[in-house]
Amino acid sequence: MTTDVQSNNSRVEQFLTFQLAGEAYGVEILKVQEIRGWEAVRVIPNTPAFVKGVLNLRGSVVPIIDLRERFSLEHFDYSPKTVVIVLCVEHGANQFVMGIVADAVSDVLDINLEDIKKAPNFGSKIDTRYMRGMHVYKKKMIMLLDVDKLLNPDEVEGIESLV
Amino acid sequence: MSIDMSQFHQVFFEECFEGLEAMESGLLTLDMGDIDSEIINTIFRGAHSIKGGSGTFGFTVVAEYTHIMETLLDEMRDGRRKVTQPAVDVLLGSVDCLREMLTAIQNEQNVNNASVEKHKTALEVVLNGGSVAEEPALPVEQEFTSEEVSFNDAPDVDEEESVELEEQGWKIAFCPYLDLLKTGNDPVRLFRELNELGELTTTVNIQDVPGFYELDPEECNISWDLKVVGDISGDEIREIFNWVEGDCEMEIQPLAKAVKLPPVVKKIDPEPTPVIIPNNPAPKSVEVKPKPVTETKKPDSQDSDNEAAKTTAKASSIRVDTDKIDTLINMVGEVVITQSMLGLVGENFSMDKVGQLKRGLAQLERHTRDLQQSVMNIRMLPISFVFSRFPRLVHDISSKLDKKIVLKLVGENTEVDKAVVELINDPLVHLIRNSLDHGIEMPADRVAAGKPETGTIELKAYHRGGHIVIEIIDDGRGLDKDKLLAKAIEKGLIEENNLLTEKQIFELIFMPGFSTAEQLTDISGRGVGMDVVRRNIQSLGGNIEIISELGKGTTIAIHLPLTLAILDGQSVAVGDETYIVPLVSIIESINITERMLNKVAGKGETFRLRNEYLPVIRMRSIFNVHSGNPTKSKEGVLVVVEGQGELCCLLVDELLGQQQVVIKSLEANYRRVEGVSGATILGDGSVALILDVPGLVRFSIR
Repeated sequence: MTTDVQSNNSRVEQFLTFQLAGEAYGVEILKVQEIRGWEAVRVIPNTPAFVKGVLNLRGSVVPIIDLRERFSLEHFDYSPKTVVIVLCVEHGANQFVMGIVADAVSDVLDINLEDIKKAPNFGSKIDTRYMRGMHVYKKKMIMLLDVDKLLNPDEVEGIESLV
Repeated sequence: MSIDMSQFHQVFFEECFEGLEAMESGLLTLDMGDIDSEIINTIFRGAHSIKGGSGTFGFTVVAEYTHIMETLLDEMRDGRRKVTQPAVDVLLGSVDCLREMLTAIQNEQNVNNASVEKHKTALEVVLNGGSVAEEPALPVEQEFTSEEVSFNDAPDVDEEESVELEEQGWKIAFCPYLDLLKTGNDPVRLFRELNELGELTTTVNIQDVPGFYELDPEECNISWDLKVVGDISGDEIREIFNWVEGDCEMEIQPLAKAVKLPPVVKKIDPEPTPVIIPNNPAPKSVEVKPKPVTETKKPDSQDSDNEAAKTTAKASSIRVDTDKIDTLINMVGEVVITQSMLGLVGENFSMDKVGQLKRGLAQLERHTRDLQQSVMNIRMLPISFVFSRFPRLVHDISSKLDKKIVLKLVGENTEVDKAVVELINDPLVHLIRNSLDHGIEMPADRVAAGKPETGTIELKAYHRGGHIVIEIIDDGRGLDKDKLLAKAIEKGLIEENNLLTEKQIFELIFMPGFSTAEQLTDISGRGVGMDVVRRNIQSLGGNIEIISELGKGTTIAIHLPLTLAILDGQSVAVGDETYIVPLVSIIESINITERMLNKVAGKGETFRLRNEYLPVIRMRSIFNVHSGNPTKSKEGVLVVVEGQGELCCLLVDELLGQQQVVIKSLEANYRRVEGVSGATILGDGSVALILDVPGLVRFSIR
């Protein structure tokens, strides 16, 4: 009986959802370190355009990545509502702290893992490697991102070499 | 009661390794012709404290092993045994063996019993072999013994002796706790049993007995001093007191102790026993050992060598001179005073106090800088931490190669950052091995070349500018330019008709896959290559340079930054961006206008500085900076920098100011960026990138 309850609990995960060009995205809340307003960053030379630059986060230097540019969405001027979600990304045995720029954060949702649908295969047109899956909430679709895959430093570098 | 001893283990191991190092260097400096007793004493002390420590922490294998070493050293110290080269070699072997044992214990692995046993046997052979011959000299040395022993910490020695040897009687201080009688023990019964062992004398101590009215008949207020005379072993006595162990304070001492130790030693020496004493622990240890044997590690000494190196690098504590800490505390005091002074000014501030405020702030700045310097100082270690292991390396390898080589150490006290100390070891070992193997010729060849038979390798460290320079100078055969060139062409590393400067030719040996040695030996030609050496040194922010003359010798100079945490920087503006140029690499800065630059072949730009044409790197274009006022680029500042021996100019918009910056790694959260060695945080909290000057030079050439 109790094991049943536990396994039920363990199948629910919390996701932080945010807005990006009118679409809803979600990341695992356990990966989120903090949410802060947008502030000017220091540009790193010769990096892909989606790497906005680095930020001083209480003494450590943290790169900030613009997801709109990363996903090739139309550019949007940063407003007071623009936020930076600071994430703790695991890559191998290492942990990296990185920030992503989002239009606005919306909500924290409890999502049952069973309700996460696998991302459909769009062929080569759309890269679904960084998708953990999709979830429908109040008739709106939320794309759940796999931040470890999306933000690992090799991947960021790899993209650049492809461009 | 149980104190967690493991918290002291780290310190113990560190002390042991230090002791071993001291022993090793002592053994190496021993001159067979003229024995310096102080050196033997140092070696002895090293062995003694390792033995004491390992005993305390329960590493019996180590304690027993060291005991044999100590016995041998003790005899050498007393002059009862001659110091011979074979004996010294065996001792050196034992030092290695001990180091292996300790490393194994530290890493919680099994001790390699086979090699321990081998070394132990070797030690025992030396120990038993020599002693008979030296016996007649004994009476003369006796006075020595008494002096030496009292000079060394005697009590430690006593304890061992008293346990192992049966004395002629015992003195027991027996002080029962108040409730001894309540536990059903009767002292009288104990005394009766003691009396059966030997003649018992008791002295009663009644000074703690209270007055009649306070007296509780159920309490035991009396203590005794007991003396048993007879041939009794300590264990027999202890057995009697076994029952009251938790109910009393007790001290059991051999009677003879009052007579002081030296006579005891003298008395024992002439007997055949001393030979047995050192042997005694051996069979015991054999019994002990089978227990940990599950799977003996393969006795690959190379393997364990590497492990030893790894663990040293892993140890993360640091020993600091108390002087340095005192300075630090002093500085903190000053800062606190300044802070309270400023607090007072701020409490009811009015404009007429501005002068006072400024003075206070200036003081605070000065103190902060001093404080920072003393904190950085704590991380500084003398380079001797690295150098000290090389005499052994040279000793071992030169005897293996049948070469005669002396190693000269210069400037061992030069201080460098701890991180540098840890990382510079492997490259240095490689370079010294190279010098030993390829640099210095065989004695016969040296004589034929008109050079002294004994080759010299000098290891030198000194400060220059913000750098530490480490030089490895040998007077060997030097690098053969033609051979290097031929080899490089053969391997297809360079074009046949390439014209290279001398420097560039020497640089060839740093190319991967380049080796001119006709045959690989087991000393060099394996492990890290020269390319790895250079990469390691560059990763420390240093560079390496070779000066060589054929037939005369080779000098390899390594330049390293003093510290890896803080650097003096010049902040420069490029558009809206701020970059930090390390001050050490700046030669000068010049205000220029666009017209002063010359185009070469329509692309590259040069600047003529005192009859020298220097390449110009436009920071705006290399870093793709588009912000800022573009008209400003008509004029700017040229920062002349030196990177890897090449002069080069960086064109920036303006110079902002000098400051010390704390280096933050970009790689921690991102990755390496070309032309940037790190980042720092400016006074306003924003991030600024630190330029990697040699990297920029390379980057711009491509």
